[in-house]
Amino acid sequence: MSVEQRDPHSGYLTTGHEWNGITELNTPVPRPVYVFLILTVVFSVVYWVLMPAWPLGSSFTKGLLGADDRAALARSIQQATATRSAWTDQIAGKSFAEIEADPRLMADVRRAGHTLFGDNCSVCHGRDARGGKGFPNLTTSSWLWGGSPEAIAETIRVGINAPHADSRVSQMPAFGRDGILKRDEMENVVAYVLSLSKPPALGDKVAAERITAGKAVFAANCVACHGAEAKGNPELGAPDLTDAHWIHGNDENSIYADVWGGLKGQMPGWEGRLTPIERKILVLYLIDLRSKRP
Amino acid sequence: MFGFHYKLERKAISFTLAIIFVASIGGLVEIAPLFTIQQTVEEAPDMRVYTPLELAGRNIYVREGCYACHSQMIRTLRDEVERYGPYSLAVESKYDHPMLWGSKRTGPDLARVGGKYSDDWHLAHMINPRDLVPQSIMPDYARLLRTQLRTDDLGRHLKAMRAVGVPYTDEMIANAAADAKGQATPDDPAAEGVTKRYGEATNVRAFDGRPDQLTEMDAMIAYLQILGRLTDAAYKTAAAPGR
Repeated sequence: MSVEQRDPHSGYLTTGHEWNGITELNTPVPRPVYVFLILTVVFSVVYWVLMPAWPLGSSFTKGLLGADDRAALARSIQQATATRSAWTDQIAGKSFAEIEADPRLMADVRRAGHTLFGDNCSVCHGRDARGGKGFPNLTTSSWLWGGSPEAIAETIRVGINAPHADSRVSQMPAFGRDGILKRDEMENVVAYVLSLSKPPALGDKVAAERITAGKAVFAANCVACHGAEAKGNPELGAPDLTDAHWIHGNDENSIYADVWGGLKGQMPGWEGRLTPIERKILVLYLIDLRSKRP
Repeated sequence: MFGFHYKLERKAISFTLAIIFVASIGGLVEIAPLFTIQQTVEEAPDMRVYTPLELAGRNIYVREGCYACHSQMIRTLRDEVERYGPYSLAVESKYDHPMLWGSKRTGPDLARVGGKYSDDWHLAHMINPRDLVPQSIMPDYARLLRTQLRTDDLGRHLKAMRAVGVPYTDEMIANAAADAKGQATPDDPAAEGVTKRYGEATNVRAFDGRPDQLTEMDAMIAYLQILGRLTDAAYKTAAAPGR
């Protein structure tokens, strides 16, 4: 084993091992490998000096460059805020009407609003803001809590039935589950509510009777929130039942289910998650979406 | 040049010991000091523990492999902070055993998803993600709504967590099953015990919309709604914009 044998052909030492007459050369490690090894050692020494590296008990060497991810992030956020302030300052300072009249600011609103809406609102209200079952369409003129820019801004700030202290609060009672109305009363009131947006076929006597009976039930139970005309009340978040916009479906079964089990829609409040400017951009973005629709 | 090495190579035990010694230097220098360096884990006096229901939800999260597609770690990068909120702090996963930071985002990061969407949304989204997000490729988890939550072993889960350093009290462990039920049943007398033991800010709701049943969906949504909300520490860092 330890006998030094030299391979006569190549001139190198062998390892001394032999397998069926085959021996293995003990070729020295190539020089470039040593060069790279030395370079990496030099690199790491330089790196230790420049960057945070060695632990020292309860602290560590901070490095000459002062590299700190958190500080770098704070700087980059500060820079971005400064860059954006060219137009965000104007949005913060101007009224909704003034910004709407300024096409250049509105272009910024559309760009930033698209991203903000996509990150925060689109999972419920849809990428195109047209909502879905259970989540309102935001591109119509029908707004539960009022469609003025101020009302929308407030809804975004505090949310609906949200944990926020000033949250908008609204609940439709469960007329069926809690035994307030009987089954036929609920069926009649559903027929009446449906007739407000979809008038029944002329001469349908049964339907007409149900609608008349339902109107009485409506007057006794529903007008407090939805109003005598069923036009809703944005103060209470009660929807207009006479228009074509339905959050929870406009077929008989859906409306019956709503009357039976009640409704308590929820929207989170965004104060604390979004800055005042971000919320203002979202309001303007929604107003802009709405105005583009005939 | 290799004389010393040749000698070492021929002594199997010494060579093994030498390898172990050299390989452990890196670990000793890089990992061991994390336990002594003060700023590794931030101070967060308002940090609270997971309730039994949230812990059950966390176990379901692990069981279903949610971490394979969703990370729970907002890095110190501007695009992440602007999209998801303040970057994650170590203290926020102080009571996570195991941590679920993840390394793959097929879906979005969930570190700050708590309170971002309504319970109704989570419920509808779990039943069929495509109903709400048409382009979603997330599997549906409607079966969680059909499965009753197992609560008899929750006390032992809390005990296991205590063994690895989560400060659950004996009272919390003894009432684990009742607290799980109470947190998802606001009208139940047990609900009071939950806020008493875990704080007034605890979400006590019928998470799955059915106060009469305690399903795995309750646990899952309760867990999702607490993500990023166990402490406000992250909102006090430089990454929290003027909010």
